[in-house]
Amino acid sequence: MISANVVPFAYLVATVLFILSLRWMNDPKTARHAVNAGVAAMLIAVGATWIEPEVVNHLWIVLGIIGGVIVGIPLSRVPLTAVPQRTALSHAFGGAAAGLVGVAYYYLWWSRDPGHLTPFRTAALITENILGFLTFTGSLMAAGKLQEVKWIPQRPVTYKGQNIVNIGLLIAAVAIGVWVVLNPTTVLAARLFPVVILLALLFGVLLIIPIGGADMPTVIAILNSYAGLSASALGFVVGNKLLVTAGALDGSSGLILAVIMCRAMNRSFTNVLFGAFGQVKASTAAGEQKTVKSGTPQDVADLLSNAERVVIVPGYGMAVAQAQHRVHELYDQLTKRGVDVKFAIHPVAGRMPGHMNVLLAEAEIPYESLVEMDDINPEMPQTDVCLVVGANDVVNPAARHDKNSPIFGMPIIDADRAHTIVAIKRSMNPGFAGIDNELYFDDKTLMAFGDAKQVIGDIVKAVAGEAATVH
Amino acid sequence: MPNTDIWSMLFVFVLATFVGLQVIQNVSRLLHTPLMSLTNAISAIAVVESIAITGANYPTPIRILGVIAVFASITNIVSGFLITNRMLKMFKTTRRGETR
Repeated sequence: MISANVVPFAYLVATVLFILSLRWMNDPKTARHAVNAGVAAMLIAVGATWIEPEVVNHLWIVLGIIGGVIVGIPLSRVPLTAVPQRTALSHAFGGAAAGLVGVAYYYLWWSRDPGHLTPFRTAALITENILGFLTFTGSLMAAGKLQEVKWIPQRPVTYKGQNIVNIGLLIAAVAIGVWVVLNPTTVLAARLFPVVILLALLFGVLLIIPIGGADMPTVIAILNSYAGLSASALGFVVGNKLLVTAGALDGSSGLILAVIMCRAMNRSFTNVLFGAFGQVKASTAAGEQKTVKSGTPQDVADLLSNAERVVIVPGYGMAVAQAQHRVHELYDQLTKRGVDVKFAIHPVAGRMPGHMNVLLAEAEIPYESLVEMDDINPEMPQTDVCLVVGANDVVNPAARHDKNSPIFGMPIIDADRAHTIVAIKRSMNPGFAGIDNELYFDDKTLMAFGDAKQVIGDIVKAVAGEAATVH
Repeated sequence: MPNTDIWSMLFVFVLATFVGLQVIQNVSRLLHTPLMSLTNAISAIAVVESIAITGANYPTPIRILGVIAVFASITNIVSGFLITNRMLKMFKTTRRGETR
């Protein structure tokens, strides 16, 4: 009698701890407690399940756990530039875990207890399998793109009728699923069940193929949400409210992040998933050859050390070049000379929500210096130098006025309103959106070409050198 | 086996979704990445059902699916919590007194 209540009580405690965990994650001051609460909740939930009388074969569980620990520890130690692909991989694992358990239950009940396959439960199973398996392949594709795996195209791949093919696949999966729900215990249902899974796997791949790098933050957030929802749907299947709750919490967290990302790009969900960014023709109206001014690291160092207020705009290019530690050195040098240095963080800079923040935190830049877009923009007209490091579309003024630009309407950091702009860039290749950035052609802009890590290193040396000659 | 009360499950789902939306609504932008790795670990709660089907006396194919799911979930739990912790440690509140 007591044991019958122990497990539900443990699950209830775990639920409360999960909610507290998310609540504490709102604020950097309490965030460390969030992890502790999450770990405690997970240990309680696992422990309570393990002592259930039905669980009799411990060896296999232990093997699974050992395998997970062996793979999980290295995955937690990846460089922070690789965090987006780690996260995507982890969504894939989450989707797969939920999906596989669903498959196991379906065949278990189909062969032993057909009575369990009520229409409601079968519908939950189908939903859960579609969500879980599309999250699996979709996230693997996203991780592959982020990791720049050779045989996965980085650029968005689009073809005629793409959306019809994708939506058609999904409709087919749902239609077969509905048939299985209506006839769950038939032989044919057991054969159609894997077909639903195959369609979901295929749909996941095709869904991500047209997605470009600039949309990755949104897509990762959506996949985060799906991974949670598939766990929640599994909870419906087996009647486990802990799964329903934890999955729903994860689902809503992913949803909120996806909404924030979409707003930051002034786009809608459907537009991100079915709009294939980068497909719009380049809108360069005038054919005239535009010129850019380029400068040496020494020029940039002069500008920076004579400035009072400097704003640095980091982008994915900084991550690629691993330049964040050099940026920190520059920050130190300038701060030492009394220059006020701030970082302007665009919500979609990088390849996942908050990517720039963790990179700069890794480089030990205090987080008070990281300012959000809406707070920094009013300060831009009083800024002496705006240093753009590997950011492109998020500082393109075309977003404000060029109705033909694919990024028209996207909120940007007003780099062009600073007195002087310095942009560090590998070459004049356009950004992910595949469009020219008119900021680079501005009279006030100085371009410093080269690898961001190298260029900033040279600027730091030049600034330090000046300090040495002055004193 | 499971006793699914459809309506009480739906109530729980809807309420949990609202709690989630409410609780995370004001998350600091600073913490977007750690939040996502934390929820990665939390959504690996499917580990509970994975353990249930792996440990019970079910046919081998079922338990093979289960053990793969245990592996995938534990990977997420371990790496999710550890990397969240690692990222949070990096957020420094104060400027370092000495700049080299």
